[in-house]
Amino acid sequence: MEAYVLEEVWNGRQKQPQQLIEVLLDVQERNGFCSEEALREISQEISVPLIEVWRVANFYKAISLQPRGKHLITVCLGTACHVRSAALLVEECFSQIRMETGGTSVDGLFTIEKVNCLGACALGPIVVLDGVYHHHMTPARLRKLIKSAYKLEEETMSDAAYHNPA
Amino acid sequence: MPHITTPHELTDLRSKLSIGLGKATHTLAICNGTGCQASRSTPVVEALKEQLSEQGLGEKIRIRVTGCQGFCEQGPVVVVEPGDTFYCRVAPEDAAELVSSVSRGEVIERLLYQDPVSQERMRTESDIPFFRAQERILLGQNRRVDPCSIQDYIATGGYQALAKALAGMKPERVIEEIKASGLRGRGGAGYPTGRKWESCRAAPGDLKYVICNADEGDPGAYMDRCVLEGNPHLVIEGMLIGAWAIGAEGGYIYVRKEYPLAVKNARTAIAQAGEYGLLGRNILDSGLSFDIEIARGGGAFVCGESTALMASIEGQVGEPSPKDVHTVEKGLWDRPTNLNNVETWANVPFIINNGAAWFSARGTENSKGTKIFALTGRIKNTGLVEVPMGTSLRKIIFDIGGGASNGTAVKAVQTGGPSGGCLPASLFDLPVDFETLSEAGSMVGSGGMVVMDERTCMVDVAKYFLEFLREESCGSCAPCRIGLSRMLEIVTAIAEGRGRSEQIDLLEELADTVAHTSLCGLGKTAPNPVLSTLRYFRDEFLTHIQEQKCPAGVCRALTVYAIDPENCDGCGVCLRACPVGAISGAKKEPHVINPEICTRCGICRSECKSDSIYVN
Repeated sequence: MEAYVLEEVWNGRQKQPQQLIEVLLDVQERNGFCSEEALREISQEISVPLIEVWRVANFYKAISLQPRGKHLITVCLGTACHVRSAALLVEECFSQIRMETGGTSVDGLFTIEKVNCLGACALGPIVVLDGVYHHHMTPARLRKLIKSAYKLEEETMSDAAYHNPA
Repeated sequence: MPHITTPHELTDLRSKLSIGLGKATHTLAICNGTGCQASRSTPVVEALKEQLSEQGLGEKIRIRVTGCQGFCEQGPVVVVEPGDTFYCRVAPEDAAELVSSVSRGEVIERLLYQDPVSQERMRTESDIPFFRAQERILLGQNRRVDPCSIQDYIATGGYQALAKALAGMKPERVIEEIKASGLRGRGGAGYPTGRKWESCRAAPGDLKYVICNADEGDPGAYMDRCVLEGNPHLVIEGMLIGAWAIGAEGGYIYVRKEYPLAVKNARTAIAQAGEYGLLGRNILDSGLSFDIEIARGGGAFVCGESTALMASIEGQVGEPSPKDVHTVEKGLWDRPTNLNNVETWANVPFIINNGAAWFSARGTENSKGTKIFALTGRIKNTGLVEVPMGTSLRKIIFDIGGGASNGTAVKAVQTGGPSGGCLPASLFDLPVDFETLSEAGSMVGSGGMVVMDERTCMVDVAKYFLEFLREESCGSCAPCRIGLSRMLEIVTAIAEGRGRSEQIDLLEELADTVAHTSLCGLGKTAPNPVLSTLRYFRDEFLTHIQEQKCPAGVCRALTVYAIDPENCDGCGVCLRACPVGAISGAKKEPHVINPEICTRCGICRSECKSDSIYVN
């Protein structure tokens, strides 16, 4: 899958050193993280030393070097969200989902990410679940959201078991 | 698709487009910006489209999906033109009634904005206090165009300023006009735009760049997102005029990845402008060749700083470099580079079209024009607000913003993001302009205004910004890297009740060192949030230190929650909400919190319907 992803990323792009961040962001977007293999290939293709590729990937917060969970929960901690108690939401996430260090859940289903501002400040606190924005979040609403995500996950699991019996 | 090669062809196309509306008598302008999308505006768009075809009104009523219209709190927003009836909080279920009412020329009362004070329903933007006190020169355009339609933009007079500049104004003349207008950088520093252009034009070098800074990193500010996302051609036109004036060939829009819709719309707009011949070679037969590329930011606040931003476009780590040589002489790839913020670029076409005198008629002596502010936080009407420079904080917060959201008193407003400061309510009569806010210890910055009330703790605010800045410090210079950490340690100690009075002096001394010895703007301005809260809210710091109390009930270590048995109706919401099971009580009986188990997260207080949970 990864090779295919990278092929897609190179498509129509000039392979120049200045493309490094754009390429990393594209891989991140498609793959959820940038693996060591990806970093190696990028380094070769655009002729930037691997150490520099790693340094850049490590510097920018939007790029993850670890695989992430199946679902991404992004909690906005911008100032406007902060004064409307966004910190409680992070806490709520951690109380609902059993986490490993690094922000990904034990079952690999969820990654919780904090972000500095999503620019929807008027509607804060904002939580994004898999790209869908949820506004005016409270711990209670977030709990419902996480529960519904778990439920949906269980349904797909049992559907899959039904369609592909072991 | 028309490839426009001369100014004349552009005028022709514009007149064709304005008569080309066909049989449509009405337009529904639906906001589908990031804010309204969060309020589920996309299903509203779908439902309206469905209803139009179902009711056979597809030719009579047109739909225009627009970018952010600014009153995000009331989204999804639909404006019916002509007549400008303003519907808010529209749901997909309202679509059938909305469409049929438009065709019958009726107004749906229940979807009109209701004033929270008078309970009166108001029909148009000009009736609503939030809009009435504004002067929406830039923001007002967002309603008139679909950001993904260059035709909309051209039909409403777009690229006219470019044609005017290319055909009739020498580059020096354009620079003179911008200088005369008094336009100053909207990104925070307020440097005179015309002077910057002049220096870049004068800098030796055959290849020059112009860049649009859309790395709006200040948390709590989103006007740049709104403008770039809602009217990208306006920004492109501004950059084109800048490129003409400066003599630049290459352009970049550096936009943060956290704004996916802005990235998408800007990309679409660039592609369209290229197809129409408004980007590329020999634009409008003027000899100007100019192209724009998008570079996305990777979530680093420091990349809003000019040298770090340019390093990032070059594909490198976004670390600032010393500015002994200015970027207008040696910037991107060591070429002369002119960097301006989104809002600055967006003002340029207006100045060229209407003249410098028109622009400078608004504002104060040294701060001209209008400025967009993001009014957020603990306030009734949140959204984007565009007012002439020099408007008082009071007018913005109370007349436009409607005051505090939950009946408590507004305590302070934070302006300028992590580089700015907190101004107390006693200073709300100050006019908002570059100099006045700086003298008061804050800054206009990019225009964030986060309103704080009595449930906001100023020690916590200082701590919040220090945490933010320490996290975002790139670490290349010691004062910022180490100084901010030490400052955070002290403020954390105060917030946890371990602070000592003499630490306040040390905090101020550290702040002074960080401000004077850091390498870049981020470090130089980093102490502002702490210094301004110490200047205006020293009492709160002292209460934390001397009495070990947090009056706002925010600092966890100093807070004990309790339930008022007189008020509690035993509904059980808090009991279910408590993540650690610290609350007990029978149904319909007053509940109690066990302080031994309670982690003081405050979730119960935020969930309580009867406001029975208080801070001891």
